[in-house]
Amino acid sequence: MSVIYLDNNATTKVDPAVVEAIMPYLTEFYGNPSSMHTFGGQLGKAVRTAREQVAALLGADESEIVFTSCGTEGDNAAIRAALLAQPEKRHIITTQVEHPAVLNVCKQLETQGYTVTYLSVNRHGQLDLDELEASLTGNTALVTIMYANNETGTIFPIEEIGKRVKERGAIFHVDAVQAVGKIPLNMKTSTIDMLTMSGHKIHAPKGIGALYVRRGVRFRPLLIGGHQERGRRAGTENVPGIVGLGKAAELERLHIETAIKRETRLRDRLEQSLLAKIPDCEVNGDITQRLPNTTNIGFKYIEGEAILLLLNKYGICASSGSACTSGSLEPSHVLRAMGLPYTTLHGSIRFSLCRYTTEAQIDRVIEVMPEIVERLRALSPFKNDEAGWLQAQEQTLAHR
Amino acid sequence: MWDYTDKVLELFYDPKNQGVIEDNGEPGVKVATGEVGSIACGDALRLHIKVQVESDQIVDARFQTFGCTSAIASSSALTEMVKGLTLDEALKVSNKDIADYLGGLPEAKMHCSVMGQEALEAAIYNYRGIPRAAHDDDDEGALVCTCFGVSENKVRRVVIENNLTTAEQVTNYIKAGGGCGSCLAKIDDIIKDVKEKNAVTNLNTKGVNLTKEIANSGQKRPLTNVQKIALIQKVLDEEVRPVLIADGGDVELYDVDGDIVKVVLQGACGSCSSSTATLKIAIEARLRDRINPSLVVEAV
Ligand code: FES
Repeated sequence: MSVIYLDNNATTKVDPAVVEAIMPYLTEFYGNPSSMHTFGGQLGKAVRTAREQVAALLGADESEIVFTSCGTEGDNAAIRAALLAQPEKRHIITTQVEHPAVLNVCKQLETQGYTVTYLSVNRHGQLDLDELEASLTGNTALVTIMYANNETGTIFPIEEIGKRVKERGAIFHVDAVQAVGKIPLNMKTSTIDMLTMSGHKIHAPKGIGALYVRRGVRFRPLLIGGHQERGRRAGTENVPGIVGLGKAAELERLHIETAIKRETRLRDRLEQSLLAKIPDCEVNGDITQRLPNTTNIGFKYIEGEAILLLLNKYGICASSGSACTSGSLEPSHVLRAMGLPYTTLHGSIRFSLCRYTTEAQIDRVIEVMPEIVERLRALSPFKNDEAGWLQAQEQTLAHR
Repeated sequence: MWDYTDKVLELFYDPKNQGVIEDNGEPGVKVATGEVGSIACGDALRLHIKVQVESDQIVDARFQTFGCTSAIASSSALTEMVKGLTLDEALKVSNKDIADYLGGLPEAKMHCSVMGQEALEAAIYNYRGIPRAAHDDDDEGALVCTCFGVSENKVRRVVIENNLTTAEQVTNYIKAGGGCGSCLAKIDDIIKDVKEKNAVTNLNTKGVNLTKEIANSGQKRPLTNVQKIALIQKVLDEEVRPVLIADGGDVELYDVDGDIVKVVLQGACGSCSSSTATLKIAIEARLRDRINPSLVVEAV
């Protein structure tokens, strides 16, 4: 049984062309780019090319790209750098729906004397810009907000936010791990000061990422040691990873226009077919401001992990915001922040596509999903709630 | 993805006894249901049982479950396990029994088995018309975890029944502590309290345990003299003297010299004509059996 991989917001398949590009750097060219001899020197050239490729994807200058090990490192480095550069300011603004790589750093900073504002989102996962405006003060050192949400695909109005942030003199960091390669970005015309991206979300291997740091933004490194990355990130370069990231970035730039059209079409077909065939389900997130590859659908009265396991039986990989998949007992913080009702919350499934997703794969999901939902609803005590158990519970919840 | 046993997957993919039992007014049987969990918590179970009134036996059981793979499998397992049991027997089914039936559950999923056990209890209480709050002291006592509405008594019970030692385990079993986490310290205190109480009980039963321990270790390597004497004293006190006292006699350990155990027979035994038989059958045989086959008992 071949795998139907619709979990591309979690990670992606490494593009065969990327593998090919990397191979020589795992075998033949094993030198250290910092070495003086020509053997190591050739690697320096490869790293330079990769930097150009990544910069081109972001519409940035090569000197503004710092290679990192992953998105988490990029987020951590950017947040710390922004705070160290303005030690007099002690306030941070972020949102309730960030990735843990941002949220948990902010939580830790709160224990170190910083105050953090966590902006709320509405039912569609969107921010209230007036709330942002009201939170910005002269004491705000950093505003760190994701470009697009990993779970719902909802895109924030980043440039609009950036304008307001810059007016108040704060540093603006954007976690764009889900946006890079999926929507066109151009740092030249942007208000963003720092932007995080990760390789394995764009068909490069895991363990490589990059941080864009706008020229002129004061930067204090997270990793201190050698002079690599012009002193902004010490540690011997992950040359195969960097080469792979470069190649992947080049491919994304090449494919982005057609990919957006194609993935939007497939995603919409999947979404509309499921909504048409399956009663009692709804799309979570902002439908107009959304990544082209993502749909998050809440199937009422059933639980996400059970859906995933039945999908898995057909070789279909997706993801769920339910608590049972995570080992935590709380369902997704993103869906909760959006105030989704419990009837939908636990049964939310995210399908995320990529440029390898085929028409036939989408057809297969459309074919099996109604049966899966029906099967689990037949087991559910809430589906035909003759006894009014659910109603009673909802009343109690409403009174809380 | 969780590491589920084949049995869990089997009952998930092909659940047995799903659905409702309608009360058709069939003579001689009664239908009852038990509901636990909630949609807010992410799992809920409604268990239906059909009871033969005269024999007090569960003749059919069905379930409706909202929840993950292991919640569905646990519910299905439960219905299989209780069919044919009397209500009293069914009340003895523990969450551990359910987990065992499934060949185990990931520890983070143990709460699914607890939910099964609780639904069963609720159904039986409903059948018997016992108001749950009055009889289930789980609902009494202070609320420990407000996020999941768990009382102190429930934490205590699950700690004792499953021999839990950490707050994390308690969370895995009944969810308490899995939300905001502000109750974790209280859970730690309850575990500590249970452990201390346990230690006291252990102390009281320690004598018996010691005897067993020494006896067991004696099979592997020779007892030291001190162990041997302690053990002989223990066996005399616990197993021999009660019998003799009941007959109006008694025995006292006088000395141990190698394998020779010297005792003083007292009361009726001292003057009894069958005192040799008492020595050989009641005392020597017992000590040989419990401690060492080469022991010889002599009266002084
Ligand atoms: S009170 Fe127990 S987890 Fe919040």
